[in-house]
Amino acid sequence: MNSVLITIAILAILGCALAVILYFVSQKFKVYEDPRIAEVEALLPGANCGGCGFPGCHSLAEAMTKADDLSNIGCPGSSDAVKCQIAKILGKEVTASSPKIAVVRCNGTCAVRPKTLTYDGASSCAIAASHFSGDTGCSYGCLGFGDCVNVCKFDAIHVNKETGLVEVVEEKCVGCGACAKACPKGIIEIRNKGPKGRRLFVSCVNKDKGATAMKACKSACIGCGKCAKECSFEAITIENNVAYIDYNKCKLCRKCSAVCPTHAIHEVNFPPRPATSVAEKSDASSAKSVAESQKSE
Amino acid sequence: MLKTFKIGGIHPEENKISAASSIEVMPIPSEVKIPLAQHIGKPAQPIVAVGDVVKVGQLIAKADGFVSANVHSSVSGKVTKIEDFIDGNGYKKSAIVIAVEGDEWDDSINRTSDIVNDIKLSPSDIISKIGEMGLVGMGGATFPTHVKLSVPPGKKCEFLIINGVECEPYLTSDHRLMLEHGEEVMIGIKILMTALSVDKAIIGIENNKPDAIKHLTELSSKYAGITVQPLKLKYPQGGEKQLIDACTGRQIPSGKLPIDVGAVVQNVGTAYAVYEAIQKNKPLIERIVCVTGKPLQKPSNLLVRVGTSVKEAINYAGGIPEDCGKVIGGGPMMGRAFTHLDVPVTKGTSGILVMNKKESQRPEVANCIRCAKCVGVCPMGLEPYLISKLSGKSMWDEAQEHRIMDCIECGSCNFTCPSNRPLLDYIRLGKNKVGAILRAKAAEAKCAADAKK
Repeated sequence: MNSVLITIAILAILGCALAVILYFVSQKFKVYEDPRIAEVEALLPGANCGGCGFPGCHSLAEAMTKADDLSNIGCPGSSDAVKCQIAKILGKEVTASSPKIAVVRCNGTCAVRPKTLTYDGASSCAIAASHFSGDTGCSYGCLGFGDCVNVCKFDAIHVNKETGLVEVVEEKCVGCGACAKACPKGIIEIRNKGPKGRRLFVSCVNKDKGATAMKACKSACIGCGKCAKECSFEAITIENNVAYIDYNKCKLCRKCSAVCPTHAIHEVNFPPRPATSVAEKSDASSAKSVAESQKSE
Repeated sequence: MLKTFKIGGIHPEENKISAASSIEVMPIPSEVKIPLAQHIGKPAQPIVAVGDVVKVGQLIAKADGFVSANVHSSVSGKVTKIEDFIDGNGYKKSAIVIAVEGDEWDDSINRTSDIVNDIKLSPSDIISKIGEMGLVGMGGATFPTHVKLSVPPGKKCEFLIINGVECEPYLTSDHRLMLEHGEEVMIGIKILMTALSVDKAIIGIENNKPDAIKHLTELSSKYAGITVQPLKLKYPQGGEKQLIDACTGRQIPSGKLPIDVGAVVQNVGTAYAVYEAIQKNKPLIERIVCVTGKPLQKPSNLLVRVGTSVKEAINYAGGIPEDCGKVIGGGPMMGRAFTHLDVPVTKGTSGILVMNKKESQRPEVANCIRCAKCVGVCPMGLEPYLISKLSGKSMWDEAQEHRIMDCIECGSCNFTCPSNRPLLDYIRLGKNKVGAILRAKAAEAKCAADAKK
């Protein structure tokens, strides 16, 4: 009985003594960290995706706390509400930003872009791209092995087995840009999500001349320039036989997608067009004629 | 005594089915497509325009930069196009297209088959002439020969090693060359020895070519300083580092070049091209291509003009078989499959291998069972299973620590893996990435040093 009491007493005294030492040590060697850093970090996604340009969410929180203004720094994945909350914690102003999203600029499904070769090597886009240009006639398009899927920290991009293309999940994508960096073909672009999620983009990066591009893929951009002519806002430029829509200038009028002979311009989240739209007039035959006229030139 | 390299190595099936067919001169095609980049380094700059009439052996594109090579016309005719074409990998490259008219050679070229023995030029003249003639390594790596022969200051070359190994299965072009043009090869070696100012040259030949060993040994008695070293059959003996180890017993430290152990390695094909360039004034416009494969009707060794399409070469060797699964440029171990056959033969095309459907299929991949067979066969003493895994996980720093940059991409690991894992594919990817990181770091360091100055 006695020995038990002695043990308890010794441990109690030891505990007290060590607690006192620890207290003084922690006071003496205290590292001050702005408590706001932890608060900000708690609001960030915590995926450490690197989309902000910092190694992880903690570094971003630190940098944001130190920064003088938040216009050039922030998490690409946070919503405006979260950004406001962070600004409130830090006592700074925040300008409403436009959220970004990844778009896959390739339209070449298995149906329109038939396979011309069989590839049975390692299942990786980077490796396949180092071996050859791709197993279809198009040397620019999606290889479909999903290097982008592997790097996505938000489970926001998937390979669609039916089309052989990758698809972005709108609700999950934060626009961090990891997929765009991983894509050896450079077909993923980070664009403005647009008001109500509505956006227009040219879903092709094929730089070949119209006839060649068309031969490889029926829905390739053939660089005919119809869309650029139709656009009243000078938002569309044609370079190297491929059209590009500047999302800062685009007013989402959808005139361009209506005239595109190959349906290479994609419209997302728009309401359906009225039945008598121009879209029906442009069919594959007109695409062919445009491609042929280019060829004869 | 038979020698070989010390670490690793494999014994793939030899399949030298075209070894007995002597070199045939392929007829000149009606059109040639001569790529501007047939060498490692920057593409050459074209100096002819569309519509120009050229002769055989005329310079049509000039080397651009230090590691680059001149390109000469392989036919006579009219330049019809200078444009992009789709190369064997499916990517765009530029080429000069010439429509053939007759076969008119440049007057300076000696076309007789007389053997010219005397070497008149001085070492520096030889090197500059080799550069002018657009010579590149004929083994397949296509490194400009004149650059390789320019020994950097402070280093000394003690040996010239001639690669007559031809360790790739199927290929027989070097074998036939040694048998049919042994004398020329010997003089070519003499010229190379003069250029490097060395008095010792060793020709390494594997013992699956006893006739070539016998023929060259007999010839070598006439040429002081040249010896023939028979080697034990083992892949990849034709690798520069492996061949130096096999012939001299010297091993090249990691990250160093052959010249650091006093050796320069050249292919027998290059020695022959050197003979033709120096003694006959003939630029590198044709080469011996081994067109072979089990399903092929008539596996042959053809003397082909650069720019001839692969399809025509195969047609000459019996046509594309029905059962064709894959056509490979080079040998089965290190070659690359063509994405289409309208590709020109270049200075580096040592072979065209036609495989049937069954052969060309990759077996199904299974999990790594940690058997370490790949470690055992790696001729560079690396751990392929580990570096391929690190590369697959994008762990570039660790991959570099495990010496990924030492990999010679011989494919022994892939060949031996019982789980058929694509080890080399991942290692190659890692090499590209690590190489890019190292180059970026070097550039940064250089920038910082310049800023300090």
